[in-house]
Amino acid sequence: MAKQLHVFVENKPGRLKAITDNLQKIGVNIRAFAIQDRGDYGLMKLIVDNPEQAHLSLADMGCACALKDVLAISVPDRPGNLHRLLTALVTGGINIIDAHGFVLQPNRQGICVLEIENLAQTNAEQVVKDAGFDILDGDQLYNL
Amino acid sequence: MEIRYWNKEVETADRQKIEQIQLQRLKTIIASALKTPFYSRRLPVAGIKSPDDIKSLDDLRKIPFTMKDDLRQNYPKGLLSVDTSEVVRIHTSSGTTGIPTVIYLSAKDLDAATDIMARSIIATGAGRTDILQNMMSYGLFTGGLCMHYGAERVGMMVIPAAGGNTKRQVQLMKDFRTTVLHITPSYLLHIHSKLAEYGVAVGDLALKKAFIGAEPHSEGTRKKIEELYKIDAYNSYGLSEMNGPGVAFECVYKNDLHLWEDAYIVEIINPKTGELVPDGQEGEVVLTNLIRNAMPLMRYRTRDLAFLHTEPCPCGRTHRRLSRILGRSDDMLIINGVNVFPSQIEEVVMKIPEVGTNYQICVEKYGELDKLIVKVELYSKMFMGEAKQIDNLKHKIAEELKASITIKPAIELHEPGVLPAFEGKAVRVVDTRPKL
Repeated sequence: MAKQLHVFVENKPGRLKAITDNLQKIGVNIRAFAIQDRGDYGLMKLIVDNPEQAHLSLADMGCACALKDVLAISVPDRPGNLHRLLTALVTGGINIIDAHGFVLQPNRQGICVLEIENLAQTNAEQVVKDAGFDILDGDQLYNL
Repeated sequence: MEIRYWNKEVETADRQKIEQIQLQRLKTIIASALKTPFYSRRLPVAGIKSPDDIKSLDDLRKIPFTMKDDLRQNYPKGLLSVDTSEVVRIHTSSGTTGIPTVIYLSAKDLDAATDIMARSIIATGAGRTDILQNMMSYGLFTGGLCMHYGAERVGMMVIPAAGGNTKRQVQLMKDFRTTVLHITPSYLLHIHSKLAEYGVAVGDLALKKAFIGAEPHSEGTRKKIEELYKIDAYNSYGLSEMNGPGVAFECVYKNDLHLWEDAYIVEIINPKTGELVPDGQEGEVVLTNLIRNAMPLMRYRTRDLAFLHTEPCPCGRTHRRLSRILGRSDDMLIINGVNVFPSQIEEVVMKIPEVGTNYQICVEKYGELDKLIVKVELYSKMFMGEAKQIDNLKHKIAEELKASITIKPAIELHEPGVLPAFEGKAVRVVDTRPKL
């Protein structure tokens, strides 16, 4: 299962930089990131090439952070595909907490990173596969 | 100016007469106190085994001070002198998670307290034709019920509006032609800022007076209230330990507060040494309640800082006057009229596992009202990576604090290590409200 690093960040200047400073020092490469804004704070969500090392290093620095399981789904970059994926999830009764996505190769491949409510208790992976999409495991995602 | 009295003989009695009443009542209080578990241990040690051991008022000073902590440690019945069947009412302090303090009143005590309250109201020139909207909280807090009883005794029409719901308060004032308000000064100012929104002008109201209290405020605040509403605002002083808001009240001359010396013996002490300070000099107010026997309380350290006036007041009342409250000798905060100890906040916050080791309490002026902000650091090991967890945590801290201190603070969650750390004594409270 792919892991995403979630870091609690106060919403004030310089806090994100403190995180990238730390990751840069230990040579961790950021593959994708997103920020969930909650007003006075936010969660920085990172896909990195070595999530365990990044987690330990940030925790040592005193950061409140956690590794979360996410579904990293390979979605062909064509009109209607995200809609098809979401339709399958809705039909399967699966709830998305948060998501971000990016195009890897224009007109060929995109990636959807989904946080699923109670992921371990759902059959989300099966639903996604049945809809014809590939799920990337950790190594596949970190080494894209 | 027409001066009216509730009990002219007592209110204008000479010093000798006042002291005679005090001595006689003190003996009665001592007799009651000797029936309580707390004072029956404490008084004999001080050489007082019976009321006859009190020969003069100076003997009062043999009695050690009673502190708020004594009330806590003797909760619930250590200071009760009668069987609970004699008690007709209790009031308690705000602490619901910590140990609260409780005050008991017998029917006779309640009658005496009501009488003093009525006297206070009459001193301001208000009377039976007035309509009082009582906007202090009812319930365990003394501010609401004690004023209510006093106003009824005067014969006023009382609107027991209690606090909150500003729009309805204004509607009540308008519909029932309220002439007198009992309210915290900050709330009264806040209401003014809302009038335009409700389409109400000050001229649409029939207000004449306001009794303002329950929180320290400056003379500037009083003047502002008087100008904005075109009314007279009178300072009141009281505390639940002494029966609520009528301990001292301003008369029509608004020249500081007559402290009803037949009902309370006041001493002003140096809070560090406990020594009496001369009249006119600032110190801590220490009170002995002479009109409550079910729960006697002697030489109670209020922690309020003020001074006494002795020069005669043109109203003819001879009871010495207490200045406005200038501050506190402890760390208690008064937030929109509610007493809050930082330790109460600490107790709640530190019990929550997701909270780290550091916190900060900030009090700010937000418009005319006080705003309490509790800043806490997130404990990194308890963080599960979800926004929902953080939002639930903020909600939980706010609700638990509300249950403890009765006001709901804004909660700010911070990254670990962000709040100021301390090597010596921590400075946890940042109060940026303007000084009096």
